[in-house]
Formats: sequence, C-alpha cells, structure tokens
Amino acid sequence: MGLKQNLHKLKEKYKGTKMAPAFNALHTFLYTPNETTHSGSHVRVVDDLKRTMNTVIMALIPCLIFGIFNAGYQHYAAIDATLRLDPLGNFFTWDNFILGAWTVLPLVVVSYVVGLGVEFIFAIIKGHEVEEGYLVTGMLVPLIVPIDIPLWMLTVAVIFGVVIGKEVFGGTGMNILNPALTIRAFLFFAYPTWMSGDKVWVHGAKEMAGKPDAISGETILGSLAQNQEPIYSIWDSFWGFIPGSVGETSTFLILIGAAFLIFTKIASWRIMLSAVLGALAMGLIFNGVVNAGWIQEGSSFYGLMSEEFWHHLVIGGLAFGIVYMATDPVTGSQTNKGKWYYGFLIGFISVLIRVFNPAYPEGVMLAILLMNVFAPTIDHYVVQGNVKKRMKRLKAKTA
Amino acid sequence: MSKDIKIKKGLTIKLKGEAEKTLSSAPRSRTFAIRPSDFHLITPKMVVREGGKVQAGDTIFYSKSNELLKFVSPVSGTLTKIERGAKRVIKEIIIEADPQDTFKDFGILSPESSSAEAIKTRLLESGCWPFIMQRPYAVVANTEQEPRDIFVSALSTSPLANDFDFSLKGKEKELQAAVTALSKLTKGQVHVGVAKSGSSPFKGLKDILLHNISGPHPAGNVGTQINKLGPVNKGEIVWTIAPQDLVIIGELLLTGKFNPERIIALSGSEVKTPKYYKTRIGSEAATFLYDSGLKDENVRVISGDVLTGKKISPKGHLGYYSNTVTVIPEGDDYELFGWNKPVFDKISSSRALTFSWLMPNKKFDLNTNTNGEHRAFVVTGVYEEVFPLDIYPMQILKACMVQDLDEMEALGMYEVAPEDFSLTEFVCVSKQPHQQIIRNGLDLMYKEIG
Repeated sequence: MGLKQNLHKLKEKYKGTKMAPAFNALHTFLYTPNETTHSGSHVRVVDDLKRTMNTVIMALIPCLIFGIFNAGYQHYAAIDATLRLDPLGNFFTWDNFILGAWTVLPLVVVSYVVGLGVEFIFAIIKGHEVEEGYLVTGMLVPLIVPIDIPLWMLTVAVIFGVVIGKEVFGGTGMNILNPALTIRAFLFFAYPTWMSGDKVWVHGAKEMAGKPDAISGETILGSLAQNQEPIYSIWDSFWGFIPGSVGETSTFLILIGAAFLIFTKIASWRIMLSAVLGALAMGLIFNGVVNAGWIQEGSSFYGLMSEEFWHHLVIGGLAFGIVYMATDPVTGSQTNKGKWYYGFLIGFISVLIRVFNPAYPEGVMLAILLMNVFAPTIDHYVVQGNVKKRMKRLKAKTA
Repeated sequence: MSKDIKIKKGLTIKLKGEAEKTLSSAPRSRTFAIRPSDFHLITPKMVVREGGKVQAGDTIFYSKSNELLKFVSPVSGTLTKIERGAKRVIKEIIIEADPQDTFKDFGILSPESSSAEAIKTRLLESGCWPFIMQRPYAVVANTEQEPRDIFVSALSTSPLANDFDFSLKGKEKELQAAVTALSKLTKGQVHVGVAKSGSSPFKGLKDILLHNISGPHPAGNVGTQINKLGPVNKGEIVWTIAPQDLVIIGELLLTGKFNPERIIALSGSEVKTPKYYKTRIGSEAATFLYDSGLKDENVRVISGDVLTGKKISPKGHLGYYSNTVTVIPEGDDYELFGWNKPVFDKISSSRALTFSWLMPNKKFDLNTNTNGEHRAFVVTGVYEEVFPLDIYPMQILKACMVQDLDEMEALGMYEVAPEDFSLTEFVCVSKQPHQQIIRNGLDLMYKEIG
C-alpha cells in the first residue's frame, strides 16, 4: 500500500462532498488522475493545462531569480553609487540575494496564498475543479509590482483581480481581462503613490524619503518623461541592472523566456513578433516627428519622443508585457490572423501611451488591457471573413 | 476534373501494433448483433419478433420515420433476443446464426442498363441504403433528396487503419458495379480519393472521378476531401460511402445476395498478432480477438480506429460501419507528477518537456488515459495546426456549446461531421469532448432546421 492507493481511497471518500475540488486540486498536483476517455477519441495527447501553465512558470523563473538579486543590488547601489561602475561584479552577491529574497519572496507567497485561496473558495462554492490559470497569474503578479508595495495592498488587489477579473466571468478561460494586469491596474489606480514616481522602485526609498540618507531610484522612463537624461546605458537596461518592477528589468532573460515559450509552442510567436513590430513602428513615427522638427526640445514629450525607436523595446516593461502577458491565450485574440492585429496594436499603443502620458510613462499595461477588450472584436471580423467566403460560395451556386 | 490534393495541416499518429498484411478467416461467429445506435437518429420499428427465423437480407426493422429505410439481417439464423435499455430503447438485436447461410434472393441487377429508380429501390429493399451517409448532419442518407455529389475516400490515414489497397484487392468487379450504380443516382460525380502512390483497386475504374490525396491525417477523412473538392453549401446534400461497403453493394447487384462480408484490420498494441481477418458485419469480436490473442486483460476493444471508433466489450460485436478493430491498453492508473515530468513515451502537440517531436518515426503505445482533467477552452492555435478544413474549429465548437444555430450555420456546420473533429479532440489541452459537442450541435440543427 503506497501513497497512490491511500490517496485513491481518500479521493473516493471525498467524492461528491463539498471538499472534493479542494482535495482533487492537491491530489492532481501529485498524480495525473486515473481518468480514461469515454467518448470520441480514445487516446489523447499528453499535454494538459497544468503542463501548459507549468511551462510558462518555468519561463518566468529566471526573471524571478534575477529580480531577487536586482532588488538587493538596486538598494545598495542607491546608497553607494560606485557599485554601478561594475554591475556584473557587484550583482550576484549574497547581500543582494538575502535582501532581495527578504523583500521579493513575501510578495510571491502573498500572491499565491491569497489568489489560490480565492480560487479554492470559489471552486468549493461553485462545485467545479480548481483550474490552473492562477498558477501563472500568481507568478506574474510579484514580478510586475514595485518592490516595496505593502503586502496588505497586494492582498486587496489580488482578491479584487481574481474575483472581479476572473471569477465573476466564470473562472479560468472565461475572463475578458488579463487577471495579473487587472491586479496591477487596480493597484495603480487605487494607490498611485505606491505605483509611480521615483520613490517606489528601490527598496527603502519610500521610508527613507526626507531623511538625510534618503535614496531614490528613477526609472529610465521616468527620467525621459521629465526630459532628463537617464543615468543608465541601454546595455544596463538590456541586462537588467536598472530599477523597475521586480521581475521585468532584464530584457535579456525575457528574450530567453520568449525563445523557450515559442520553442515549446506554448505562447504565440505571432503576437510577440507583431507586438515588437508595432512598438517599432510607433517609435519610428515619433522619431520622424522629432526629426521633422514638429516637436521642440522644450516640449514635455521631447524626451520620450526623441528616444531612439528601438530603445523602447529594451526600456520599461514592454518586453515583459509582450512576452508573458499579451500572449495570454484567454484574453488575447484567438484566431491566428487576429493575433497579428492584436499584437501589433499592443506594441503600437504601448509606445503611444508611454509618450503621451507623462504621469505614468509605462503604457504596456494599459495597452494590453485595452486590446484585451478589443480582442473579441478583432476575432469577430476575422471570423466574418470566413463566413463571407461561405456566403459568397452559396451565392455563386444559386445564381 | 480530377484534382491533386495536398493536405498540409494535420497529424499522423503512429501507433504500435499495425496489422500485418496477411489475411485469415475468422471462425464463424455463433451470434450476430445489430446495434440501432450505429444508425444515428434512427428509431427502429421491428419487423421480426424474438424467435423469428431470418435469412441473410431479410428485413429486421425499418426506420420509424421512413418505412422505405430498411435494415436487414447480415446472416441467416434465429432472432433470439431484443435487448432494451432505459425507456425501452432497443440497444441490441441478437441473431443466433445457422451453421450455413441462406440468402434472400434479390435478383441480379445490371448497373449499366438499370434506371436510377430501379437501383434506388434495390438498395432500399436490400438494406444497402444505410451504407450511404449524407452531409449535412452525418446521418444515413435521406431517401428523398438527390445528392449533389458522392464522395468515397479510398485511403485511410487514421491511426492503425485498414489499408484498402490490401483489403479491397481483387474486388474491382464489385467496386465497379457499385460506383456505376451510384453514379446514376446523382447529377454530379462520384469522387474517389486515393493515395498518389500505391495500387488502389479504384485506379482504372470508370464512372468515377479519381483524386490523388497526400498529406498527414486527416487527409484520408472523407470530410477533408469534400472540403477541398466541393464544400457543402446550405441546401445541398452530398453522400459519402466507405469503400468496403461499396463491395457489399456491388456483390448485391452482381449476385442478388446481401452478403456483408468484410475484411477488417485487427490492430493495436495489445493484440498478439495483429493482422487482417475476413469476417462479417455484426460478428462477435471474440472470434478474431482470441484467434489472434490479447496480451492483457485490462484493455479497451474499439470497433473502429482509436480516434472515432466505439468502445465494445471483448465479448461484443463488430459495428455496422467498422473496418478496423483496435485494442489498446486501458489507462485507468495514476501517474506521479504526470503533469510536469519530461515525457518520452506519449505523443504531444507541444514541446513542453515532451519529446515526441524528436522522434517523428517512433511508434507509440498510447493508452486511454486522458492525461489531464477536463477544463474550459484556454489554449488557442493548437487545433488550427491539425485542422485542414477552411473552418474555425474553436469558434464552431463554442457555437455548438451555446446552441447558437445562426452562428453554427454561418461557421460551416453543414460541412462537418464529428469525425472531422477527432484530431482536434486528440490534441485538446482542455480535454473537451469535441466529437460529442459537434454531434449534439448537428442533432440540434437537424431537429430545428433539417
């Protein structure tokens, strides 16, 4: 008698009770169920939703680890700017790791415990299985918030995001907006002072503000929005040695994650590619506007508009958003053709919002949420193309 | 005009236990069974009572909604039992076979010189009509309406399928008679899809339009070929017939006997010596299963292929339309960390720590485990990779689920049959029952519109 038999007995015992979904969620985590096919195809592929979600999480792990080190690094580098002279040498240190782990891991724990708690409650009330969607959301959330966000705020936001963003629509697969971004948008509009400015991106900056040893950490986008020259090079920002939300700073690791997701066929390369093209297109347009002399150096848009067009892909959270959140299959376009439009517009609008919204110079969150809303419309027109073809065929026949 | 069709999207599933190309005769079955559930949406009205004697070709029941639509006995013997289920629905009609067959004589009918009307009457009275399926709705063909075209797919790309080039060899005469007769029943063509290479018995027949088909499964599905050759429009009807049934129709016309002999492929990883058997519609599966031998007790016996067949018990009977019997292991066991460990021995549509993409020629031993739980539709773009029809698969499935008739019609419901969705069901990450969803959708349309 092993664990397998004992769990099987427990499963039979819980069958039909209110607690069955909760037990099954834990059971299926250990063992794929003994469920066999009943109708239709007698054999099935090995892939299931757990494996799919797990693959995305694996693609996020490098970002998480890097984010932990970066949290410590940004804190110490803000105190002692000489550390920035040799970022690589001063990055992977125990000090950075310990401080980073101390600040980042609570975010991860709160995100998962609260989010999965809500999922379990809903599953038990509504009597359906606990679905896997939150596994990815729960990992995304700590990576896209500022490091010092108070845990109670995160708790409130996660509850809001899971309930209003997902469960009211019927749970995983039914939601209209990306839950992770819903959570972030909630935080952004409810607690703006904790989500923007130059005091939230480095651990300790907020609580030490006003004191003699105050530190600050402006993001590149923040500097550009104020027409200041950022203190970081484009390479800093490519490797990720810059302040920002916890896990989105390293474009390099995001690229690796993107390659992994595309190779495993889990995320859509169409969305990623077209979003990159969209961002480049908008960047080029703005560069063109600046070159044509329509915008003067004094203008409040000058800093971001004159930024070289391809830099937009490297700075800020655009790359992270494109790779991990625009590709969410539930809230994105569901037709292959639609994915091209959907992705392109996300890139395009992200850069647009970036430039024209000085109060909040990161547009990718709002761009993705906006396109989430329009994705069904895009799909509608793509599918109508197919429907029209069918109608035309019919007309040609009957004519 | 003959067309070469090259299918690009799809997936050929390679499984262990392909039937060896040797032909054995299965021992004569003691009992035969007809399952009315094989004839979708037809309610049987019995003609013969329990204890009645029948010859091969004698009507056993007809369709309650259409007296002309007759279903006949595959064998001569005594009708011993009418098994009923809930609400007295007839589940199975069991006929105990005579040691030797006697046939009802329908008389010889020359396909060349006979009129369409005479052929149609003969097909109806001899019980051969149910071999003709129609689209839309994927049901036995309507006896009133003339089809636009008739489609026969004489190549099979489904896993462990019957190779018609082997099993129909030497039946050219019967096939010719059948296609000639059928060609009179339509103003259109009898389209036959064959593999480009290979020695199909259809090559060289007249009164047909031959098309060379190539590509992965579902290239061999007749629905795929219809979609590429001439999709069904609203108001149109096309017929489809399986090639092995053409042989039975041909023999009826040439000899006057309804002799539903069939060469089936017995295959699957749990069969000791997978090979071809000559048997008869409705035979006990045990006659050939135990002749060949099974490797294990805990197996699933499928009348048909693994994607579209029906589960039968090892003591059950061969289905009316099946040309294959597949036996695979049951997968009713738990698997530790099955959702995240690297997998080498199962087929996957992704590369998420699954490695079937590295071994395109490996033959897999799949069991009936669903490999995961039923979920809402989440992942997109996977179905499109294996679905060659010019239809949006996920959208049409969702339209069926919400019973939106207008949307179903607009998205191409008249063109599809459940089997067209067997591959999307196979690759479905959310383990949705695609074929059942489409079947329910078609039934709803049939009730409301058809």
